Amino acid sequence: MKQLIKKYLEKIKPDFMPDGRLHSFKSVYDGFESFLFTPDTTSRSGVHIHDSNDSKRTMIIVVIALIPALLFGMYNVGYQRYLSIGVENPLFWNSFFYGFLAVLPKIVTSYVVGLGIEFASAQIRKHEIQEGFLVSGILIPMICPVETPVWMIAVATAFSVIFVKEVFGGTGMNIFNVALMTRAFLFFAYPSKMSGDNVFVASDSILGIGAGNVVNAYSGATPLGQIATHAGGDLHLTGITGEPLTLWQEFLGLIPGSIGETSTLFILVGAAILLFTGVANWRIILSVFVGGFVMCWIANMFPSEAYPGSLISPVEHLCLGGFAFAAVFMATDPVTAAHTDTGRYIYGFLVGVMAMLIRIYNTGYPEGAMLAVLLMNAFAPLIDYCVVESNVRRRMRRAKRALKNE
Amino acid sequence: MSNIVRIRKGLDLCLVGGASGEAVDCVSVPTRFAVFPDDYCGIMPKLAKKEGDVVNAGERVLFDKRNEDVSIVSPVAGVVKKVVRGERRKIVRVEIEADGSDRHEMFDVASDDADAVVSVLRRSGLWAYMRQRPYDIVPDAGYDKLPRDIFITAFDSAPLANPYTLLNKDTALFEKGVGILVKLTRGKVYVCCRQEEVVETPYSETYIVEGPHPAGNAGIQIANIKPVNKGETVWTLDADTVVRIGGLFANGYVDFSCVTAVVGECVKKPFLMKTTAGMPIADLLKDNLTEPAEKCRIISGNVLTGVKENCDGYLHFPFRQITVIPENSHESEFMGWASLSAKKYSFSRCFFSWLGRKDKKYHFDAKINGSERAIIMAGEYDKVLPMDIYSEYLIKAIIAKDIDKMEQLGIYEVAPEDFALCEFIDTSKLELQKIVREGLDYLRKEMN
Repeated sequence: MKQLIKKYLEKIKPDFMPDGRLHSFKSVYDGFESFLFTPDTTSRSGVHIHDSNDSKRTMIIVVIALIPALLFGMYNVGYQRYLSIGVENPLFWNSFFYGFLAVLPKIVTSYVVGLGIEFASAQIRKHEIQEGFLVSGILIPMICPVETPVWMIAVATAFSVIFVKEVFGGTGMNIFNVALMTRAFLFFAYPSKMSGDNVFVASDSILGIGAGNVVNAYSGATPLGQIATHAGGDLHLTGITGEPLTLWQEFLGLIPGSIGETSTLFILVGAAILLFTGVANWRIILSVFVGGFVMCWIANMFPSEAYPGSLISPVEHLCLGGFAFAAVFMATDPVTAAHTDTGRYIYGFLVGVMAMLIRIYNTGYPEGAMLAVLLMNAFAPLIDYCVVESNVRRRMRRAKRALKNE
Repeated sequence: MSNIVRIRKGLDLCLVGGASGEAVDCVSVPTRFAVFPDDYCGIMPKLAKKEGDVVNAGERVLFDKRNEDVSIVSPVAGVVKKVVRGERRKIVRVEIEADGSDRHEMFDVASDDADAVVSVLRRSGLWAYMRQRPYDIVPDAGYDKLPRDIFITAFDSAPLANPYTLLNKDTALFEKGVGILVKLTRGKVYVCCRQEEVVETPYSETYIVEGPHPAGNAGIQIANIKPVNKGETVWTLDADTVVRIGGLFANGYVDFSCVTAVVGECVKKPFLMKTTAGMPIADLLKDNLTEPAEKCRIISGNVLTGVKENCDGYLHFPFRQITVIPENSHESEFMGWASLSAKKYSFSRCFFSWLGRKDKKYHFDAKINGSERAIIMAGEYDKVLPMDIYSEYLIKAIIAKDIDKMEQLGIYEVAPEDFALCEFIDTSKLELQKIVREGLDYLRKEMN
């Protein structure tokens, strides 16, 4: 098998060479070849041996870390659909299959559009194809509501791959997180499809699966949506059929929300993989959670009916919405986060604080995690500048002291 | 009582093919030797001898254009056989055919005031064995300034490093050498050694350095003892050179013998050999390779900082080891990035090598294991660079040729070798040592 593929690749290689008939697809060919067969180039200068780790491996590990949350998200999409049509305890495989069918087109769309643009820009710049989009491509569907039309995902993905990544020079050069920028684009361009009560639970049957009419007590509002629209009196978060939610359900993720963001449990499984392999920085994850907790705790100390978010306990806040997902998968993007260790504490803490500040005190936005991460992406270089500058000052002081001693 | 420096960051790479035991004498006496001006960074080489001229051991064959006293000398007595030139007539190496005699160039070492010592060191070729921070070059002769301090490194922490130290046998000469060096600085002479082989002299201050590689790099030791500031100069050299200096001032001539370790996966029987600087590699490797030579990467030096050589090449400065690893052990691996093999080594835990024992030995070949990317995994370099430097920012400043930023971020403190481990673990596979070397050269050109 391996030999066959190799032979085939060798056979078609001439077509992709500069005077071959498919020379304008050379980057695509190179991309596939290096994906299938690790290049056997040996070192030219400097060290003679290299670590086995490369950017392909790193990106694949992030994708693997996303899988638990994605699979649970698929199940939850189906589960919420069955709940909304009055099936109390849907079969696991029915729910999962429904969710799988609902989510798959979105994943395919984001990969096809994003990788297509990556291939094209690699060809234009005569670069190799960079792996960054392997992760972005799966993140994008996971942070969208299930009812987002596929064409919107296509448009938003194209926008952010081109204007957020490629114009800055590609993977490693971008200032903002590509996946979150896609979400932000959708959020501001098509607000009606990205928020409200009718987008977080699937509303149609797919291929005859999940057919039925919604039950009377149905409301598709997410817990955060309920908080944002809450007025006066006691606040009780409910599921889509009016049942009160328990902290366990919120932690496990059997609540309406964007596809991959609901299950704090499975996100933490992903976090464990990222932290264990060292791909994500623990300083960021820890300080985002600390920042979020501290902000909620302060708000909870001074509860106010005008800001219903402050009535919810900090622990519950950490489990709701996209906070955990943003902390683990978005804030830790090594390119757009702070690059220095000290900076990472500050950056993470402020992401947590900002997310909760927006969520609780700006009732116009039920969730603040996306905006908080993007805002701090913009400030990360400034934080790093201050940290690096303190190192520079230390060096300058040392030089001055040495001069004086002479 | 010695001081202790603990290095925490870093990485000891365990490779297959280490050598141990006593050094054996070279059986066959090689006939051809070579000197490479490129080994002595910062020198603008000019020929002192023509092809066909007769030289003594220790007589100069090349000198620095800007200061004619600074010499590169022949390690053996014989005839200059060939001057190999590269592009634009650049001198690549000078080959000397040994005639088997032991004619030595003798130096007058009676007077021991600083000026006389400098002049003898320059002419004897031992000056070129020293390095200076900033720039990591042969101490700049144009500068008449003496260094702030001198740092002597008495151990090697690199992968498969030569376990032999001259110190064991030549403590007296070492002490004499330090006594000479102390005249060349207003500051101190620091000796950095391992706990197991502490060496103290009345003229120097001894530091015990603990921790993984790059603990043996002079730059790391300086940074953790007394960092170099802008405008300061520090000289560094290894203990072998100090012993040679001691020998020079005791006997009047330089001893160019050295103990070289022949190590690496492709060496049948790794061993230590007593030999002479600049000797041919073929003699060292004779009948001792497991693979045909064209499938091997022969490195004069260690796997991190050594020079790639052919099997008909020669031993390069600092004449400490020859490492031979496979060039490419298995051809284009199918989906190598998905490998679950525990045989693949990674500093990160992205591969399963962390499951193995700490001292498990790994097989490495010369493959890059990936391809070049922009810096993605931010902060990665700092994990193996035990200096108070933001390495990623420094690298970016060098790439951008921003001199102010380079100075502020500490370029005067670093040498390419300090970035060798960063280059090894880099997921973006950038050529960091090359970048730093070019940065230092650029800075030196602009500053002088």
